[in-house]
Amino acid sequence: MPAVSKGDGMRGLAVFISDIRNCKSKEAEIKRINKELANIRSKFKGDKALDGYSKKKYVCKLLFIFLLGHDIDFGHMEAVNLLSSNKYTEKQIGYLFISVLVNSNSELIRLINNAIKNDLSSRNPTFMCLALHCIANVGSREMAEAFAGEIPRILVAGDTMDSVKQSAALCLLRLYKTSPDLVLMGEWTSRVVHLLNDQHMGVVTAAISLITCLSQKNPDEFKTCVSLAVSRLSRIVSSASTDLQDYTYYFVPAPWLSCKLLRLLQCYPPPEDGAVKGRLVECLETILNKAQEPPKSKKVQHSNAKNAILFEAIALIIHYDSEPNLLVRACNQLGQFLQHRETNLRYLALESMCTLASSEFSHEAVKTHIETVINALKTERDVSVRQRAADLLYAMCDRSNAKQIVAEMLSYLETADYSIREEMVLKVAILAEKYAVDYSWYVDTILNLIRIAGDYVSEEVWYRVIQIVINRDDVQGYAAKTVFEALQAPACHENMVKVGGYILGEFGNLIAGDPRSSPLVQFNLLHSKFHLCSVPTRALLLSAYIKFINLFPETKSTIQEVLRSDSQIRNSDVELQQRAVEYLKLSSIASTDVLATVLEEMPPFPERESSILAKLKKKKGPGAVSVSELEEGKREGGELNGGGDRGDSSAIAASNASTPSPSADLLGLRSAAPVGSAAPSAGSLLVDVFSESGPAAPAAVNDDGFLSSAAPPPPAAAPAAVVSEDPAPPLPESDELLNKFVCKNNGVLFENQLLQIGIKSEYRQNLGRMYLFYGNKTSVQFVSFSTTVTCPGELQSQLNVQTKPVEPLVEGGAQVQQVINIECLSDFSDAPLLNIKFRYGGALQNLTLKLPVTINKFFQPTEMASHDFFQRWKQLSQPQQESQKIFKASHAMDTEVIKAKLLGLGTALLEKVDPNPENYVCAGVIQTKAQQVGCLLRLEPNAQAQMYRLTLRCSKDTVSKRLCDLLAEQF
Amino acid sequence: MIGGLFIYNHKGEVLISRVYRDDIGRNAVDAFRVNVIHARQQVRSPVTNIARTSFFHVKRSNIWLAAVTKQNVNAAMVFEFLYKMCDVMTAYFGKISEENIKNNFVLIYELLDEILDFGYPQNSETGALKTFITQQGIKSQHHTKEEQSQITSQVTGQIGWRREGIKYRRNELFLDVLESVNLLMSPQGQVLSAHVSGRVVMKSYLSGMPECKFGMNDKIVIDKQGKGGSADDAGKSELGGSGKQSIAIDDCTFHQCVRLSKFDSERSISFIPPDGEYELMRYRTTKDIILPFRVIPLVREVGRTKLEVKVVIKSNFKPSLLAQKIEVRIPTPLNTSGVQVICMKGKAKYKASENAIVWKIKRMAGMKESQISAEIELLPTNDKKKWARPPISMNFEVPFAPSGLKVRYLKVFEPKLNYSDHDVIKWVRYIGRSGIYETRC
Repeated sequence: MPAVSKGDGMRGLAVFISDIRNCKSKEAEIKRINKELANIRSKFKGDKALDGYSKKKYVCKLLFIFLLGHDIDFGHMEAVNLLSSNKYTEKQIGYLFISVLVNSNSELIRLINNAIKNDLSSRNPTFMCLALHCIANVGSREMAEAFAGEIPRILVAGDTMDSVKQSAALCLLRLYKTSPDLVLMGEWTSRVVHLLNDQHMGVVTAAISLITCLSQKNPDEFKTCVSLAVSRLSRIVSSASTDLQDYTYYFVPAPWLSCKLLRLLQCYPPPEDGAVKGRLVECLETILNKAQEPPKSKKVQHSNAKNAILFEAIALIIHYDSEPNLLVRACNQLGQFLQHRETNLRYLALESMCTLASSEFSHEAVKTHIETVINALKTERDVSVRQRAADLLYAMCDRSNAKQIVAEMLSYLETADYSIREEMVLKVAILAEKYAVDYSWYVDTILNLIRIAGDYVSEEVWYRVIQIVINRDDVQGYAAKTVFEALQAPACHENMVKVGGYILGEFGNLIAGDPRSSPLVQFNLLHSKFHLCSVPTRALLLSAYIKFINLFPETKSTIQEVLRSDSQIRNSDVELQQRAVEYLKLSSIASTDVLATVLEEMPPFPERESSILAKLKKKKGPGAVSVSELEEGKREGGELNGGGDRGDSSAIAASNASTPSPSADLLGLRSAAPVGSAAPSAGSLLVDVFSESGPAAPAAVNDDGFLSSAAPPPPAAAPAAVVSEDPAPPLPESDELLNKFVCKNNGVLFENQLLQIGIKSEYRQNLGRMYLFYGNKTSVQFVSFSTTVTCPGELQSQLNVQTKPVEPLVEGGAQVQQVINIECLSDFSDAPLLNIKFRYGGALQNLTLKLPVTINKFFQPTEMASHDFFQRWKQLSQPQQESQKIFKASHAMDTEVIKAKLLGLGTALLEKVDPNPENYVCAGVIQTKAQQVGCLLRLEPNAQAQMYRLTLRCSKDTVSKRLCDLLAEQF
Repeated sequence: MIGGLFIYNHKGEVLISRVYRDDIGRNAVDAFRVNVIHARQQVRSPVTNIARTSFFHVKRSNIWLAAVTKQNVNAAMVFEFLYKMCDVMTAYFGKISEENIKNNFVLIYELLDEILDFGYPQNSETGALKTFITQQGIKSQHHTKEEQSQITSQVTGQIGWRREGIKYRRNELFLDVLESVNLLMSPQGQVLSAHVSGRVVMKSYLSGMPECKFGMNDKIVIDKQGKGGSADDAGKSELGGSGKQSIAIDDCTFHQCVRLSKFDSERSISFIPPDGEYELMRYRTTKDIILPFRVIPLVREVGRTKLEVKVVIKSNFKPSLLAQKIEVRIPTPLNTSGVQVICMKGKAKYKASENAIVWKIKRMAGMKESQISAEIELLPTNDKKKWARPPISMNFEVPFAPSGLKVRYLKVFEPKLNYSDHDVIKWVRYIGRSGIYETRC
């Protein structure tokens, strides 16, 4: 073996690598590798021991071969041997090999862990660092198990070197991220926070990453870090660029640390301490001030570092959302970036502004940049920036600038990228609706939208126009006129034909006076589009024609002619054919009176959540900024939905939704579900045009429900869902109701103006039967009455509940009974949910209660003597088997009442067991199908303090806890 | 139809790119490189589908030839074309290598223009091509004006593969029967699968427009003649070890010059041969194959760190014949750390780069036997996988046809010129080679 001079490295390795690089083909490479592997195998096999250098060389070669993508199945042992070497390079290669190639071979893991342990306990900082890096790189569960306790100790020990501390912090962070359950909080946590005060900036930077991660999970434990972070931040911010020599990056002091500090602060609300807060505000102001200073260097790194801090600071300001001054300043700063040369900066500025626009303090400030943003939308080269600009426009829109913004978005739409068109269309539609001052503008906008981007206009958008036109008398004439004009274009989009057909069919008479739009002209115009349309549109047009017959009797013969033609009456499409035949008969047989009734104008639509908005939400996913932003925008009031004189009352309607107001809140955002807030049903036969919940309804009916009064609607569409069909969340008082029944089996479960629910129940062993009595307190019958009992979550496996269905009709003043059979499979703590739905005067009522089935219902009383009792009491002495509560009496401490309650609980009340006669002692066994749980109870009243002490010991810990919780509410 | 044709070197750089149809864009070139040549897992299928585009490739040493199409083409046709393309290139400039392709790229583009038109294969007969595509690679032979003027009528005429007016002083004819025998045998000596794929290659130097007739011991023909009992198959048992009279041919394909109608009706192979070298027919047989060698393996695992291997080979043909270029390849486990080999005959060596012991014997007569024994030392590994024991493979060359095929006659008639069948000098040669000849151990 030649003596290796320093820096020469491993010659054999270099030769091998250059051989591989020179290989002409894959085959040649594989051959070379096979040869080398054979060589290494013979060396490792060799009887004479290898020296450290050659071991290191061969392990390195193996590593290189592995990184080329070949399997390595030997050499692990040699690598582990290298760990115990005293030479840095050999140890380093050993660790490298293990971090890359470790597998869960139990024997080796033990050896490796041993070597790591040795290195960790050595005093040599480089060895400690190597070991820590290895743990962090591997990050496996086994490693975490072995070292999760050790590393925090190293981290906070006073005599640890700075570099080791740095590594330990990052290593701990990695372990926490991979297996958070193994890293236990302890007394070290408070000391970790104080690392923020460490003199060494590297340690602070490493520690802050760890603290940020930990504090996201346990914010309370790390609360103290806020003030420390603020003081650290202020020291950095106020320092001159020469102070932190090693940590100044292109004239910016410690940019990474500053960013991390600001990010840590974003985990917490604004500091309460005035001094700390003042200091922080000062810091933020300084950062904003610095952004105004001329750059100290022309290098891009300088501005990058500076801007990173600035954006992080702005994010913090937005997070706090409490300093109007700062918010406005941040907004102005971002406004400058909007015109910056750097595309990335413009993007970030637009993005941050989107969130700023939602703050009440800075909304106005954001609005001043509207011209710039519109310009960005038009001229930006990068599509992602344009998208952000569109988002921002959407966010900053309010009544004052809605017209401008919508116009700009519409004009942009003509050239917009295909990927964002659909979203843009939705946004335009929503803004137009939300901020419409007059409806003619709204109609114009939407028709324009269909003209420009017809393909991207989804069903919901044009449904919405029709809904609004029908609900607003004042706009119908204008809408008819506009549609008529729009349809005159030689080529119009199918969606336009749909809207046109629908509106002319309804309100064509409003413009029939004008000879230029006489009935026949209208009909001919519509019919000229007929053959270019798809089947659903044709079906809609046919319905429009029959409406024409009603509106304009003079067109009857022409239309009948059309319906009678072979292309209609013998159409291969069943739907079209049926319509043609039926309409033809209807028009020829029915008298004008009947026609007028059947083909009456559509009644106004009920209020509900805007389907467009629902769609946008779906697209963006829940919690997307712009949607929540929009909802917040609602509070500004005075929009279309709460428009004009009715503004105030509808704003209330929107917020609490308890007073149904027929046409106020068209968007109906908040009117989603609360019980009893049913909007007036405008006729239960009305087929809901928007009924997404009725997928079973034939599409054609969905499309043109405006004829629905002619034919009975299909059953699927019948519940003109005014209120959401999903079960409502449980009533807030349902928990209280539940507690009422812990110690009794019969009584009234629930009562309101409409309905009373009585309950009667009996339990035997693990079985129970419950009779529910639903009483109709009104004089009107309840329709489609239905009840369902569900077991949420894991309760499903713990409780078996069977119900018999009830009659769907409950007459006024009548009572129906329902039997529920319950079987307890194992112990449980939740209660099953009872959902009741019915229609009262057409409005859907939906309420959910908790069924009073609690674990104590399955008690079997057990009598026993004093000595037996205490023996068992002692047997159940494990700490988790006991649960104890001390609480204040909420009822009078009457002995008889307490006894009655304890008996009602289902246990046996044992007399003369406790030496203190004041105390109550009970015993019982809970019967479940899976097992029996023995329970012992002791209640010690303290009459003077009006307090009780309740102690429960059960053979199962969850049971004792649940019982304790239940009982504490009873006395 | 073929949309484009690309030739790559081993690094995936494009050497030749010819696009015939608009539906193939430049990105197809990259798609093949990324997904096949540079693929992480070796691509074994010769047909690859990438984004609705099919790539058919063949590899010649380090050169990839890929035909690309977006349509649903006949894959066999495309491969036939690619092989033909290789043949044509070899005939023009010898070995297909990166250097040769770079030096002849003008010629290759010229050839591609001629043999593919809008993706449809055209005349790919080398002899015919050489008359009108002349580049430095071809010594310009005898190209008189009139010959040049005949090209059009010849290429578009009925016999596109031969021009008129060829004259030789000596009418000579070479006939090679080349076979490769494939075998997979179980350790106990049971044949798991075996077949022979053979080719009849001819080199003809005949004057005029001769009409040839080729006869062999095809079972159907022999049975048909049956009682007729012609004397043609005298000396039938001269070659090979078996005395069987006829063989069953599973399937065969012919050169375009063979009159298929006649083959279908009478099963006789008659044709007007092209001038020079060509492949007359290709065939495949699976019955009654003469296996020239038998390999008897014996593997014994001694503990976890040692393996003993003994392999005996037996030659199974007439003692008078000599097999050549014999090579036995015995795979070794992946954790081999040392090998000791002892053999009686030839040379044996452990080749670490190939994970195998290679045993070479120059010559071996029939009905002989030879053996090798090896001790393999193993390194214990923490890999629990057992060694898969790949089969022992073998290479050789024998001077007979393992399928048993024999040439009965090759008659030449030239009615216009005055030479008869007897004046033609005919040479026949049989070569049997190993294809994939493996024995499990």
